[in-house]
Amino acid sequence: MSTDVVLELRGLRTRFGPERGGTVAVDGVSFALRRGRTTALVGESGSGKSVTALSIMGLIEPPGHVVAGEILLDGRDLRRAGAREFEGVRGSRIGMVFQDPLTSLNPVLTFGSQIAETIRAHEPISRAAAEQRAVRLLEHVGVVDAAARAQDYPHHFSGGMRQRALIAAAIACRPDIIIADEPTTALDVTVQATILRLLHDLQQEMHASLLLITHDLGVVAAMADDVLVMYAGRVVERADVDTLFHAPRHPYTRALLGCATGIEDDRRAPLQPIEGMPPDLRHPPPGCRFAPRCRHAVAACDAASPALQPFGAAHEVACHRAAEVLADA
Amino acid sequence: MGKFLVHRLLGVLPVMFGVSVIIFLLMHLAPGDVTTVLLGPQATEAAKTELRHALGLDQPLPLQYGRWLWRTLHGDFGVSIATQLHVAALVLPRFVNTMLLTVASLFLAIVIGYGAGLFAALRTRSIFDRGTMVVTLLAGSTPPFWLGLILVLLFAIRLRWLPVSGMTDMAGDGGALDVLRHLVLPAVTTALGPAAIITRMVRSSLREALERPHVRVARAKGLSRGVLLRRHVILNALPPIVTITGLQLGYLIGGALLTEVVFAWPGLGSLLYDSITARDMPAVQATTLLIALAFVLVNILVDFINVLLDPRLRDA
Repeated sequence: MSTDVVLELRGLRTRFGPERGGTVAVDGVSFALRRGRTTALVGESGSGKSVTALSIMGLIEPPGHVVAGEILLDGRDLRRAGAREFEGVRGSRIGMVFQDPLTSLNPVLTFGSQIAETIRAHEPISRAAAEQRAVRLLEHVGVVDAAARAQDYPHHFSGGMRQRALIAAAIACRPDIIIADEPTTALDVTVQATILRLLHDLQQEMHASLLLITHDLGVVAAMADDVLVMYAGRVVERADVDTLFHAPRHPYTRALLGCATGIEDDRRAPLQPIEGMPPDLRHPPPGCRFAPRCRHAVAACDAASPALQPFGAAHEVACHRAAEVLADA
Repeated sequence: MGKFLVHRLLGVLPVMFGVSVIIFLLMHLAPGDVTTVLLGPQATEAAKTELRHALGLDQPLPLQYGRWLWRTLHGDFGVSIATQLHVAALVLPRFVNTMLLTVASLFLAIVIGYGAGLFAALRTRSIFDRGTMVVTLLAGSTPPFWLGLILVLLFAIRLRWLPVSGMTDMAGDGGALDVLRHLVLPAVTTALGPAAIITRMVRSSLREALERPHVRVARAKGLSRGVLLRRHVILNALPPIVTITGLQLGYLIGGALLTEVVFAWPGLGSLLYDSITARDMPAVQATTLLIALAFVLVNILVDFINVLLDPRLRDA
């Protein structure tokens, strides 16, 4: 199974600002992405999901820095790669789709040329041939009359169409990994499903690994094979999707599921907001970062930070009381 | 695109009409009299009245203006009252000289401004960036006539590298090289202020463009640094840069005034100065119209370039 692993993070740590007084947005995150599978990265705003993705892409800009850990792509640590080598990885081995399609396209370049430039960056190909391929990619992602529309500028397109073009640009070189950072958050609800469907189909077709960043648990349930739950810069629970929804062990995961709205519930259970606020990452609590908001917290939780502990084959939880929580529900 | 140009060029006419009316009225509102200038302070009232009648200055203002407009529309700019030369013959060589100074200054301002601005934007908060900001602040607030005098003192009088003044024209004895030698100091003097303003605009415009989300998306595609800068940063930063450059060109055309006086540069500026003091109406009208026309055409050129640069403007 380990041969399926295409990307592995080990102890990733990304900090913004100086060593003292800076903010550690991602603190010791480790996980592996496997070929042909969709991994969802969930958590609330500020939990470090996007920073994790940008760290993988080498797109963290000062004052931010990846300060520790390994980003292993086929066993090669990208942190040791030079600028040129990293450029060769971005867009070619790893494609990324961003949150807001309205600002993600350059308004002064045509639709087609913004897809073609990905191809031209990585392959020795003429401009005309690259634009030809861009048209086929646009067709592939569901843009009607692609040959004509490739000559149009972004402001002629709706948000959904723009996101399709951005997806086409991200997959133009058939990457092994697609990272999608909240790809539907900025879109109309009616469009969200078609975009997610498209991402799913492309991932299946290319047998790629999809890292889907979202805070929408409905999306997770529909799309993911594996789920990583992040809280305050750390992964607190990792499980396959069934386990996560049916037997979550981390109190934060359970609280998150309690916040989700679901019409399938027979009884009109009131939504359960999580009390309190996420910690200030400039001064994180010494022990478990969720302890101040956790109704299961005991003295040990404030004393030491829990590490991820295995529960069964593909389930890991970072909680001192994980064994008791399930029974306590 | 053609429609845009036609539309804008038609718009020039009312602007020119307005400018000519305002200049005409201003000249008549200002105290002083051309007959006093021509005949001297000792002239009798009768002589003045006679001259006024001969020049047509005793007629009602609308009629005077109407006659001037009619002649001008037929390409006749009249005869300069002060010099008795045809205005066209008086203004045209001066216009060429001013354009020479203006284009040279603009070239300097663009080379300095675009270069320093780009370098500062790409090295934010570096010593170069901070230094550029201080220097441009000083350069932008230095009055050109003072700077001109300092440069003359240093390079012409102390070091004797360059001539103080005495520029004639291309056809003069020294030829093109002589013109170039005369051009250096006035061009540097005129260029410094605009160079400072352009530098700051290039820097801020590029920095703003660097922050846009689509730049990060473009980086995620693995584009090389050069392609990224050209296609996703500079191309997007250009419209405000083109606009400010055009404004500076407009400023240079008219604003070389003081520099021209300091360096005795035979351009429109010194002509305008002389004509206004002499109440030489036809010369003033022709000079200001020419400056205004150049200004308006530069603005149209700027808008046209911006439409080429930004497809969103094409649909508007």
